[in-house]
Amino acid sequence: MKAANLLASSDAEVDFFVHGVFSYELFGQTFWITTTHVAIVIVMLLIVVFAVAARIAISHAEKYPRGFQNVVEMIVEMLDKMVVSSMGPYAKKFRNYIGSIFIFIFISNISGLFGLRPPTADYGVTLPLGLITFGIIQYNNVKYNKFGAFTGLFKPLPLLFPINLIGEIAVPFSLSLRLFGNVLSGTVMMSLIYTLLAKFAYGWPGILHIYFDVFSGAIQTYVFCMLTMVYVTDKLPEAE
Amino acid sequence: MGITDRGLVLACSAIGAGLALIAGIGPGVGQGIAAGHGASAVGRNPGAKGDITSTMLLGQAVAETTGLYGLAIAFILLFANPLIGKL
Repeated sequence: MKAANLLASSDAEVDFFVHGVFSYELFGQTFWITTTHVAIVIVMLLIVVFAVAARIAISHAEKYPRGFQNVVEMIVEMLDKMVVSSMGPYAKKFRNYIGSIFIFIFISNISGLFGLRPPTADYGVTLPLGLITFGIIQYNNVKYNKFGAFTGLFKPLPLLFPINLIGEIAVPFSLSLRLFGNVLSGTVMMSLIYTLLAKFAYGWPGILHIYFDVFSGAIQTYVFCMLTMVYVTDKLPEAE
Repeated sequence: MGITDRGLVLACSAIGAGLALIAGIGPGVGQGIAAGHGASAVGRNPGAKGDITSTMLLGQAVAETTGLYGLAIAFILLFANPLIGKL
């Protein structure tokens, strides 16, 4: 047992789990407030403070923007361009949702930099995000294709119905597992380095933080939003 | 040999977790091919570098999914083992 732990400075346990903070009883079940809830509240507060500051900056907008107003306009333009480039004329109905999940997932992913356990490294956070996307996809499917939403499952061959059905149901799971797996693997790598290599981990893990938290987090955020838009656009009728 | 049932299940789970990560081969090859084609596309049409890069990254991230399924199985076997409860 000791031989395997040669590099560890002490009997440090590798720790990347979700911890309970306190529990409460509801309808005879025990529920836990976990570190994920705490991290989400911190992320939410950060976003709300930024939103209020942005609101104040925009309400005193100047014709030639400078300082903080510039930053806010840059973010809005970037998100807007991303949605317009892949959804075309339908962009104005969906940019609120896409922009919101983009900012939330991005801040969650890079919250590992601030010493939090990223909320997106908990399957209980990413699965609801996937299910919301699934709801939006199916709502638009029924809204625009009417009965074709059901008969579409039998195209091109009636024989392919089970495969088409699985293909529809697998969407939220593949979306959420992709985000969860990427963020979790980054969290596990960083905690392995900080506990097993504790003697040598000074300074240089910062480079790995840039890769695992910032680069990987940004890519996965972009991919989640892109795929959401691709799936939704797929259900909308062709724009003239 | 004093191998307990629990010890056997734990040892086989550890081996299974290692085997599950063989799934990492596929995404590695796939991402390499995508990056190679992306590089040759930039060589042919340097003006479209931004579009090519974002398309390539999107495709690579989707290709990575199968590897992440293997990773999820490995984590389940190591940290949330369902087989221990069946003893």
